[in-house]
Amino acid sequence: MSDAENLGFTPNEMMTIAASRALKSEDVCFVGIGAPSAACNVARLTHAPDITLIYESGTIGTAPDVLPLSIGDGELCETAVTTVAVPEMFRYWLQGGRISIGFLGAAQLDRFGNINTTVIGDYAHPKTRLPGGGGAPEIATSSKEVYITMAQSKRGMVEKIDFFTSFGHGDGGDHRKRLGIDTAGPTLLITDLAIWKPDPVTKEFTVVSLHPGVTREQVQATCGWVVKFAEALDETPAPTELELTTLRDLQARTKAAHEGTAKGKAA
Amino acid sequence: MVKFLPLKEAVAENLHDGDTVAFEGFTHLIPTAAAHEAIRQGFRDLTLIRMTPDLIYDQMIGMGMARKIVFSYVGNPGVGLLRRARDAIENGFPRAIEVEEHSHAGMANAYEAGAAGLPCAVFRGYRGAGLASVNPNIRSLTCPFSGEVLAAVPSIRPDVSFIHAQKADRKGNVLVEGIIGIQKEAVLAAKRAVVTVEEIVDNFDDLHPNLTVLPNWTVAAIAVVPGGSHPSYTHGYYARDNAAYLEWDEIAADRDRFQAWMQKNVIESSAADFAGRVEHLRKAA
Repeated sequence: MSDAENLGFTPNEMMTIAASRALKSEDVCFVGIGAPSAACNVARLTHAPDITLIYESGTIGTAPDVLPLSIGDGELCETAVTTVAVPEMFRYWLQGGRISIGFLGAAQLDRFGNINTTVIGDYAHPKTRLPGGGGAPEIATSSKEVYITMAQSKRGMVEKIDFFTSFGHGDGGDHRKRLGIDTAGPTLLITDLAIWKPDPVTKEFTVVSLHPGVTREQVQATCGWVVKFAEALDETPAPTELELTTLRDLQARTKAAHEGTAKGKAA
Repeated sequence: MVKFLPLKEAVAENLHDGDTVAFEGFTHLIPTAAAHEAIRQGFRDLTLIRMTPDLIYDQMIGMGMARKIVFSYVGNPGVGLLRRARDAIENGFPRAIEVEEHSHAGMANAYEAGAAGLPCAVFRGYRGAGLASVNPNIRSLTCPFSGEVLAAVPSIRPDVSFIHAQKADRKGNVLVEGIIGIQKEAVLAAKRAVVTVEEIVDNFDDLHPNLTVLPNWTVAAIAVVPGGSHPSYTHGYYARDNAAYLEWDEIAADRDRFQAWMQKNVIESSAADFAGRVEHLRKAA
């Protein structure tokens, strides 16, 4: 299908692996379900063995052997350093400033890293009612930094989001500071096609690295705003054999573990 | 003092039409059997509170029992959307419902304030978030010491909370372990609490002293319902039935199929059926 697949990996695998590389052993990461969860666990199983993974159900320092199907799976608790009550999770650990990276996905995203997972259309009369924010509104403002991961599409990456579920950089510039938010906000966006970082001044997400085989045109064709590219554009290194094997083994274990109870659909 | 009752009586004695009620559980220990009993008894005009409304509120909303929902994540955990809740919010079917939406941090703080007997919760939240402009119950106040502007939400004080737990002892003390979620706060914030448990044991003498225990005088009624949290899981007893969560996505997508499923599996069913539903999941736990 795409060039990336001809090289032996899928765009989704590249996205997950690129995201995993951004995490360090000393990070304390508040993990969202799905792609963020896969990326965080690949990091833990490769270059960041001591990373602390925290899920909003209360599990701190968890090391699941398989990917969880939801944020509250038993495996997360069984392999954690400790499990705390949900109010404690949000009060002491997140609000208390003990999370270095909040890792979020998005249904709709704008160029300033503002995220909508609440409604498509008008809030009072929505076209589509999505699940909502859960932990995200405070993860976005209390984590020291926010990483975002999502597959690119014109429906997902839009000029203007319908609802501010979690605040990124607002209208850009110093908008966070003006609201009294003293954390850095979204500092990294990893898609299935590219790595993006906010411009230091305007805070608009700018493509800094294209995944192998991806063109500027592909990035623009799957994005709802006019894309800015960095002057010195890198190529994301292809997944190493270790990274790819780790991710695939993790997914195979997950599938096997949930076989029979999950009809083969893994997180 | 706590009463040991069959589920039917525990629900009938503690839940009433028009009540504000929380059926809590955070992915783990969801009190499904208690919710199904409430559906069988046909309560109306309930205000349903829950951080993650999940399948049981989808079912209660789909049966037209809810006047209002208070929540922070109206999804089917690990699967996607809640289709009966969506139908009510988007189309007013089977009836229009009022929505009060928060973040998890907002709800968790509000439960904790309820348990603490405070009128409101104060925390650092909702900054830049759209919810503050659509929910009049999200306000702010200024710290009298630092001048920092903080979010404030009213505390949660349900008329009655339902939870599921691993076990109770013969005196009616209740033990919760694993992902303990918001269980303790939901019980302590409520005027009355009903707990379904997997089993009754003589005492907790051989257990670790720091496990979460709700003393018997904090609970109104205990009903023994093995498997009572299916399709969610009970740590140490049985695993999550993920196939049921995926299947629900299809059942709830169709109004007629939903009605037929509810008739067969809830209306014509009973608390005694729950044990059989988890038999095949016990070995996986």
